[in-house]
Amino acid sequence: MFAYIVRRVLATIPVMAFVALFVFSLLYVAPGDPAAVIAGDQATPDDVERIRASLGLDRPFLIRFGEWVWRILQGDLGVSIFTNLPVSTMIQQRIEPTMSLMIITLILAVSVAIPMGVVAAWKQGTVIDRTVMGFAVLGFSVPVFVVGYVLAYVFALELDWVPVQGYTPIKQGLWPWFRNLILPSIALGTVYIALIARITRATMLEVLQQDYIRTARAKGAGQRNILFLHALKNAAVPIVTVIGIGIALLIGGAVVTESVFAIPGLGRLTVDAILRRDYPVIQGVVLLFSFVYVLVNLFIDLLYTILDPRIRY
Amino acid sequence: MSASILDPTGITAANVAVAPTLPDIMPPVKARKGFFGFMRQNPAIAVGGSLVTLMVLVAIFAPLLFTTDPTALAPALRTREPSAMYWFGSDMLGRDIYSRVLYGARVSLLVGFSVAVFASIIGLTIGMISGFVRWADSIIMRVMDGMMSIPPILLAIALMALTRGSVQNVILAITVAEIPRVSRLVRGVVLSLREQPYVDAAVAAGTRTPVIIWRHILPNTLAPITVQATYICASAMIVESILSFIGAGTPPTIPSWGNIMAEGRALWQVKPYIVFFPAIFLSITVLAVNLLGDGLRDALDPRMAKRI
Repeated sequence: MFAYIVRRVLATIPVMAFVALFVFSLLYVAPGDPAAVIAGDQATPDDVERIRASLGLDRPFLIRFGEWVWRILQGDLGVSIFTNLPVSTMIQQRIEPTMSLMIITLILAVSVAIPMGVVAAWKQGTVIDRTVMGFAVLGFSVPVFVVGYVLAYVFALELDWVPVQGYTPIKQGLWPWFRNLILPSIALGTVYIALIARITRATMLEVLQQDYIRTARAKGAGQRNILFLHALKNAAVPIVTVIGIGIALLIGGAVVTESVFAIPGLGRLTVDAILRRDYPVIQGVVLLFSFVYVLVNLFIDLLYTILDPRIRY
Repeated sequence: MSASILDPTGITAANVAVAPTLPDIMPPVKARKGFFGFMRQNPAIAVGGSLVTLMVLVAIFAPLLFTTDPTALAPALRTREPSAMYWFGSDMLGRDIYSRVLYGARVSLLVGFSVAVFASIIGLTIGMISGFVRWADSIIMRVMDGMMSIPPILLAIALMALTRGSVQNVILAITVAEIPRVSRLVRGVVLSLREQPYVDAAVAAGTRTPVIIWRHILPNTLAPITVQATYICASAMIVESILSFIGAGTPPTIPSWGNIMAEGRALWQVKPYIVFFPAIFLSITVLAVNLLGDGLRDALDPRMAKRI
């Protein structure tokens, strides 16, 4: 068991190294002269040269990559072309809103989607099931910013229940902080809820046909016990897997949600960086999000052994 | 494997003591023939397919559908509410939103279809190589794992940040982000097909590998690839709108649904219709493509339908 954990943790190192290499080499494989593209259309030749030198595009690839990785390992993600601040500082300033948004969305999505999927499977073929499945298809189809605008229009502009936009740091109180994040997390969570509800339903349908469910029924276990204790426990592995994979949706969606609700987080930072073609910042954010994604999925892999004791490595 | 030729199931009165008659899970299927029969049996395909067709027609015949020049400015007629003159209103530069939305369908559909086709073809090739060339498999799959650990939208954003905004670059960026998933799917299908008895039979008969791939493997990957391609199309349209919305996609001079929404963003609290109309079109189109995908999945691959 311990050996497995060590092996699994070590196995993420080449993946992360590959991600780093990939994000880094994008700068080189991009068509055209990246320094000129980043500098923009109004740049003078001097600007282009300055950017070329600051990105190290004038030196050999492998040397640059080696130096870059070495600096990342020391926590140095480079310096923004636009603000001249270290990228790691910029990320630190922006990380709280994004983390808050993603954690609230995660909690919300899991606590809504799993009961939805379970009930849909239990009431298979009924109106409830069809409603849940219909919602799932809809959730996949309506882009996150559309959900965001509709929610903001109805609940913030028309009904005036919650603030339209903005973010309040958690230091200024739990309720003001949470109030600002209600709509963004619902908007961001919609696709995620659809995804989790769908896989929960599918897995539960399979599990509910197993012999041990019949046995549980035969010994007189209550419906709720059967669904949430016997069945859900056995359906946990695929559901948890999808929750992990779906983090990618949350990360991508956060970029957009933060734009819609004017939340000063990492997503907003990314968007600003794109508009200014501030590649070191984009590189830093993509790298950070990818590492978080890899680590979440590592954690989930390790969780399997707890969820399903039959999985032994 | 005790089943005999005469009784392929191997069930006899001797080995099944009590066999209560179970209710049929599947209701008896009435055979319907022809195009309309197929459509009646697969309502998701019928509804999704006709909506997609409608949207394609709208995109193609946009100039004939009472539109004006979608880029024509009319500074005196800025941000007009929807009316008889401006069906969907006008934006802050006085451009007709109805025309822009209809022309915007071209960009979305072009991006969706192109990404679906390119990602499928490239993914199919990579997946085939991975499934057949053992030494390449581990390398390819590690590369795909690495690419898959970058969230697709961020990967597309990073690619777009390095290129000048154009429809081709948007297609390229989204295709790159989608390839790993298709490759994995094809590889999985190829690996399971290779174990099929008919492939063994073909090998035993001395069929050369390229012929086996062409005749026995490829046709069987088409169903899951087609289903996957529709989902890719739907997700590519969403990603395109997201990229355009945050300013990293289609250049602002070309009307696309994401661009119209991006332009309406600053005014959405007072002029919500600017965002509203492209949003409706985008959502309905993506929904239609997703419905088509679900329908195709149920029709082409009943086993997969049971799993998801």
